[in-house]
Amino acid sequence: MKRIVQFAIILSICIAGNALHNFLNVPIPGSVLGMLLLLCLLLTGILKLSMIEDVSNFLLKHLSFFFIPAAVGLITCFSILEGKWAALLFISVVSTIIIVVVTGITVQVLMNRRRSIE
Amino acid sequence: MNELIESLIRSPVFGIGISISTFYAGSLLYKRTRSPFMNPLLLSMLMIIALLVSLQITFEDYNQGGQFISFFLGPATVILAVPLYKKISLFRENIIPIIGGIGIGSAAGIVSIILMCKMFGLDELLSVSMIPKSVTTPIGIEISDQLGGLPSITVAAIVFTGIAGILIGPQVCRLFKIDDEVAVGIAIGTSSHALGTTKAVEIGETEGAMSGLAIGIAGLVTVFLAPLLAKLLL
Repeated sequence: MKRIVQFAIILSICIAGNALHNFLNVPIPGSVLGMLLLLCLLLTGILKLSMIEDVSNFLLKHLSFFFIPAAVGLITCFSILEGKWAALLFISVVSTIIIVVVTGITVQVLMNRRRSIE
Repeated sequence: MNELIESLIRSPVFGIGISISTFYAGSLLYKRTRSPFMNPLLLSMLMIIALLVSLQITFEDYNQGGQFISFFLGPATVILAVPLYKKISLFRENIIPIIGGIGIGSAAGIVSIILMCKMFGLDELLSVSMIPKSVTTPIGIEISDQLGGLPSITVAAIVFTGIAGILIGPQVCRLFKIDDEVAVGIAIGTSSHALGTTKAVEIGETEGAMSGLAIGIAGLVTVFLAPLLAKLLL
């Protein structure tokens, strides 16, 4: 029962996020708005972590499972991607490496600079 | 007998059943080998695609059950606020390095994608579809649509990128001596959205929290940067 209530709380925040998305008409998906909303609720103390913790631990632990159908959806792109697989794969991998390196090094350099000023 | 099998395939039980069983098999293989290429999601995806193709089952039939699993993507994204809440002071302390890193990293990503698309001689339709490949699916689809791309290609590129992030993200960090927990998390989340975050959560609580945070910020940054850079470079 406790878990059902927890899940209901999380679902309500999802719905609120989607409603906010429709209302604000911004290109930010409802689930991301819901995430910000949940963060605000936790920070202001309106929602206590203990009120959602069990279900959130469960969802976080099995996070990648929920992406299976989206990943399998790749199958519907087979015809469009014919002959372009290698390029797509190459660009995806190389740009991922570039973003990881540039982002990671920038964060680290800026953090070190901040520390050295202090 | 055939009718029975066909009705089973068309019922949600089929999609949910093969998703759980292939993911379980993938998890066992991963536990045995500990190789990043034995990622449960990747293995599960490959097994299901192989099964659907070889038995000529349509994606729609699989998705009768699949949609019930996809339903949890919303709550799963919302819940990323929890690790972030636990690490909020770390975020506040490093807000400028974090935002700066995500901004510069996202811009470098978009520029590199456009240049590589040109290098491969891909047409503009494919190029603009590839640009938002490092952000979370719902934001990516929206950006792709706005740029005049094909959302289904965007989704394919997003999935590729996510899996690339899971497979090589931590290794690239090690290779380039990116060892700070905050930097690793932000780098993985910025480069490979929620899929990469599943890996970051596995590495550690701080990494997971920062990766989850980066999904939202990288998405927002890309919304503004993508049309600008596309106009400039394409």
